[in-house]
Amino acid sequence: MKLTLEEKDMLEGKYGKATQKSMEILTTLGDIYEAEKMIDIKSVQISGVSYANLGEAGLDFLSKMAIDGKARILTTLNPAGMDRDNWQALGIDEEFAKNQNRVIDAFAKMEVITTCTCTPYLIGNLPHYGQHVAWAESSAVCFCNSVIGAYTNREGGPSALASSLTGKTPKYGYHLEENRHGEVLFEIKTLIQGTDKFGVLGKVIGDKLGELKKKIPYITGIPIASVEELKSFCASVATYGGTALFHMEGITPEALKYPKPKNIKIEINEQDIKKGLAELIDEDIEVDFVSIGCPHASIDEIAQVAKLLKGKTVNKEFWITTGRPTKKIADEAGYTKIIENAGAKFAADTCCVVAPIKGRFKGIVVDSAKACYYGRAKNKFKVKIANIEECVKEATQ
Amino acid sequence: MKLEGRKIYKGTASGEAIVTSQGISFFGGVDSETGVVVEKDHELEGQSISGKVLIFTTGKGSTVGSYTIYQMKKGNTAPIAIVNETIDTVIAVGCIISEIPCVDKIDISKIKTGQIVTVDGTNGIIEVEE
Repeated sequence: MKLTLEEKDMLEGKYGKATQKSMEILTTLGDIYEAEKMIDIKSVQISGVSYANLGEAGLDFLSKMAIDGKARILTTLNPAGMDRDNWQALGIDEEFAKNQNRVIDAFAKMEVITTCTCTPYLIGNLPHYGQHVAWAESSAVCFCNSVIGAYTNREGGPSALASSLTGKTPKYGYHLEENRHGEVLFEIKTLIQGTDKFGVLGKVIGDKLGELKKKIPYITGIPIASVEELKSFCASVATYGGTALFHMEGITPEALKYPKPKNIKIEINEQDIKKGLAELIDEDIEVDFVSIGCPHASIDEIAQVAKLLKGKTVNKEFWITTGRPTKKIADEAGYTKIIENAGAKFAADTCCVVAPIKGRFKGIVVDSAKACYYGRAKNKFKVKIANIEECVKEATQ
Repeated sequence: MKLEGRKIYKGTASGEAIVTSQGISFFGGVDSETGVVVEKDHELEGQSISGKVLIFTTGKGSTVGSYTIYQMKKGNTAPIAIVNETIDTVIAVGCIISEIPCVDKIDISKIKTGQIVTVDGTNGIIEVEE
């Protein structure tokens, strides 16, 4: 790999130990994937923030990096294992809270912005079309590449941190235009509406890609889609298909740039969506938990929940998960008061996927296909996908 | 027997080989406290990889696995060196942050469990005692 003088100095330790270790990680990855050089990046999203996943070892590594490491570019964090203010009300124990704060403190010392969210693009970490970034968090990676048309590989926690501390990433994979062509054409022959149905579509397409051992779908037949519907689709297709990039005709910016794939064409009709939906509803589910905000809820979704909850009372545990800046807008707009008066809870900074709630509930109703996957696999819940109106109805009936 | 591969992480270590033709997921697949492989139905299930030269095809599973390797190194349960057929990012990053010598692009079918293997991560070479 060809390195600039600055990059060589970083590798030789002239910028400190954390920068040196970071450059070791990046040059090794560059060599493995045969990158010719490093590129400068605009921002970073780091995963591996929940203490439940990191453990003492991860925390120890972060603390070592924090001795002399500093973020060189805009860097935000993935959700943590708890709401940093409201953790007691959510039933998080004190020991966990203490350890979670040690993780966040290590990032703060590195001058990372410690806003914990899986939707960095909703809270100001928003690159523009064609810019290079280094993001972890599979749903955000997919949104970034596809909906925004910025360029990122699917980073892990340590490689994203390494990019933050150096401002660089090796130029390979999705940073190269020739690797961004659609591989499978999906023609959607039925109307898809709502975050839940876009999640189902993500699962249907993700499952088919898995069978075909392909990664990049080119989708036609979606007339219109909201940011919320697209973030739900991204989370789902990344979870079920490992997809980091898709093109959607008339919706995503690069769909015009790349030709439709000719070799493999799959039609998705109403039956396929019905089947996908049925696969996300467990039989004899006993619902005691409802959650909205996977990926983190936008202010518009919170407004919708507030409207539906006004004057009602919930009788099940009901979490609205979101980024803290979005929660603050909800506070100012009066939505928080309406939602909390109804007995629902805000869980900012965290979500039902990364919080340590394994086995705590029997059955979860969510509007997210991704949350269904992890609800089953990680938390051992029975699951049911539903749209936002149905979720609120479930919580209040 | 000398086998030439590709350098992933520098350093030299020599010890008994433990070989599998399957992939390994460190997060969830290996007990970091004991160094024992716990993935159900894995060829190495129930066997310790601590202090051995661990030889396998490629890494799989969550990127958190890099931190698991680091945790094992700190707790003295890590392998002393790693040899892969094809490296993946989880194992590569795990070896870099834990400073474990690592080489890939090696035909691992030529090595048997129990043989003494010297891994020269700095030059990407391994020596197998016959």
